[in-house]
Order: sequence, then structure tokens, then C-alpha cells
Amino acid sequence: MVEVLDLDQAKAWRAAAAVPDPEVPCVTVADLGILRSVEIVDGVAVAKVTPTYNGCPAVLAIELAVEAALRDAGFEARIERVIAPAWTTDWITDEGREKLRAYGIAPPVGAAGKGSLFTQPEVPCPKCGSTGTTRVSEFGSTACKAHYKCDACAEPFDYFKCI
Amino acid sequence: MTEKDALFQLLLRLGDDHLILGHRVSEWCGNAPMLEEDLAMPNMALDMIGQARAIYQYAAEVEGAGKTEDDYAYLREEREFRNCLLVERPNEDFAHTMLRQLYFAAFMRPYWEAMAESADEILRGIAGKAVKEVAYHIRHAGEWVIRMGDGTEESGARMRVAIETLHPYAMELFETDEVTDTLAAAGIAPDPATMRAPWDAVIGEVFGEASLEVPVKVIPASGGRTGFHLEALGHILSEMQYLQRANPGATW
Repeated sequence: MVEVLDLDQAKAWRAAAAVPDPEVPCVTVADLGILRSVEIVDGVAVAKVTPTYNGCPAVLAIELAVEAALRDAGFEARIERVIAPAWTTDWITDEGREKLRAYGIAPPVGAAGKGSLFTQPEVPCPKCGSTGTTRVSEFGSTACKAHYKCDACAEPFDYFKCI
Repeated sequence: MTEKDALFQLLLRLGDDHLILGHRVSEWCGNAPMLEEDLAMPNMALDMIGQARAIYQYAAEVEGAGKTEDDYAYLREEREFRNCLLVERPNEDFAHTMLRQLYFAAFMRPYWEAMAESADEILRGIAGKAVKEVAYHIRHAGEWVIRMGDGTEESGARMRVAIETLHPYAMELFETDEVTDTLAAAGIAPDPATMRAPWDAVIGEVFGEASLEVPVKVIPASGGRTGFHLEALGHILSEMQYLQRANPGATW
């Protein structure tokens, strides 16, 4: 029985983990570390999801998409939103970082930390790799990104902020 | 005052601070002086409204009267709001808006940092997320205050007017009363007065770079925590609550 349960759990995880992020569709919710766990509890697949930002407008869309994916895979599904511990960019997987770079989004630099008041990271251009880049705006197209441009190849790009 | 009553009052204060300032900042959407700021302002407004939602949801649980976050935001009267006066001050110009943000964020960062050690698990969770977001707000507002304070004659003059106008309102952030004393004693929420030193340090650093002077003599302006507001709040609520008032019970 234990083995069957594990198989179900693995199947449910695979279904939920394949859901793409609605705002950054090159990566999945598992790549981003938004999907924390999927467990079978009393026959129901319970997925724990954590929002990136408190006000992230995509949270509901993500939860609905994960729920739909679990149902499509044949599970009764329930989503639980967890806010603690707080999501950090440290949870983005190595594969996720590579996918972001290939998509033209610079992945977060370094590990999340407090930092001083006005420090800025050195962000390599996702197109040419040059570190000669300039921040255009602290806030980009979504809450989780800042807007940069490359001084070497002139590429404008989004940077996934490190939090 | 029981711990539960104090906690509920504190949640209203925190929720209202973030909802009202979030609404104020969102007023720049479509009106900001450049595209980057037009993105930045709604981004920060979303952070604050998201924080307000999490706080109101917890308030509803603590109150236990079957209310939702919407009841607190849309169906309370002006005198029932518990936000500080600073956050309801009009946007005026970019100098006022950015200084108001710096004053508030410089208070909230050490406050959330301390709250992350709270004995209350839900408050710890909300604080853990919010502290990361507010760090960006300080940096963004701080850079603008420096740019304007140390900019042209016009921008410097506007910053000095903003400081003269807003500094008295910032003092309300540090006020203590039975609510804050009860929660501080129980280890649930930090004593706001202890935020004064880190706040002074940030303001001092930014003003130093901005060639601005920190006012020496200030007559504090307060009243928001007990429901005595400026005329401005009524105007915010008439706009924010219009839909629910005109169409009671409307849902998405």
C-alpha cells in the first residue's frame, strides 16, 4: 500500500509541477519554488503554494491552474496558500535559472540577504553576458522584476530581483 | 484591555495604514512623470494592498464576527479607520509623495524586522514577506529624495516644502498607547517607539546625501489611531468605497 501511495504522490507532483508560471511562462511553478509540496491526504491531492509577493496578482491564477492540472491528472484537489516561511529567490532551481536566462530574463544574482541601503548587484546581460549593465528602473513589468539595459550589446532586459 | 482586543486594534491600524497608502500611491498610475515611475508606483501600491489584505484576513479571524477583508476596506466609516494621518496626506507633487513613502517605509522596515520575531505565528509570516518588499520601497523613495533634494533649485525647494509639511505627521508612527504597550509586553508586536533610532539613521543618511536638513523643532500632528482624521480621508473613502456603497454586496 505504501508504494501505491508514493506513486500517486509522485504522479500528483509531476502534474502540478508542470504548470507554467502565468507571467513568466518559460518556467514552471516548481522551477520558481512557488509549489512547495503536493501530498495525498485522505485521497485528496493537497498542493501547498506560496506567493512570491504579497500583492502578486498572479497568485489566484497560479492556484487555479495547479488545481486544474491535478484534476486533469485524475485527482481530487485542494490548494493551500502558505505565507511562512516567506518565498525567496533562493528557491528558484538551477534549471529554472538557466531557463530564465535562455528566455532573456537575468536570474537573481547571489543569495537573498539584507544588503545595505543603496547597494546594487552586478547583473550580467542574459544575451551577451557582459556585466556592463545599467538599471533603468527598480520596478519592471511585474512585481518580481526590475528593468535593465546592457551597455555592451544594447539589449533591454528584465532582471528577476533577488529577495 | 485584553490581548485579543489589542491585537485586533493593531491589525486595523496596520491594515488601514497599508490600504490607504496603497490607494494613495495607486493614484499615480497613468499620471507619473515617466513610464518607469508609472510601473513603479502601481508595483509598490500592489505590495501595500497585498499586505493590507493579509492583515485584514487575520483581523477577520481575530474578531470572529464572520467578516471578510472587504468589510473592513469598503464598509467602515471614516471615524472607524485607524490609519496614521501621514498615509492619507494628498500626493501633492512628486516630492511630497516620495518623502511620505520614505518616512513610512523607513518606519516599517525595522518594524517588520522586529515583527518577524513575534510570538504570533501569522504575524511572523506576514512580516517575513513584507520586510523584503519594504526594502525596495525605501531604496526607491530614498533615491528620489536625494535626486530632488540635491537636484535643481526648483526640486530642492519642493523637497523642503514637503519636509516642512510632512515631518510633523511622521511623529505619529512612534506613538505608544495601551494597544502597543499590551502587545509589546506579550511579545506579539514591537514597541513603535523603538523604531525611532533606526528611522532617524535612515532619514539622516538620505537627507545628508540630499543636502536637506532634518527639522529640529516639530509639533507632532496625530489623531488617526483613535479615528480623528484629516479632510483627505473622507475623499479617499468616497472614491474607494463608491462601488460597494452604490451596489451593496457586489462581487467580482
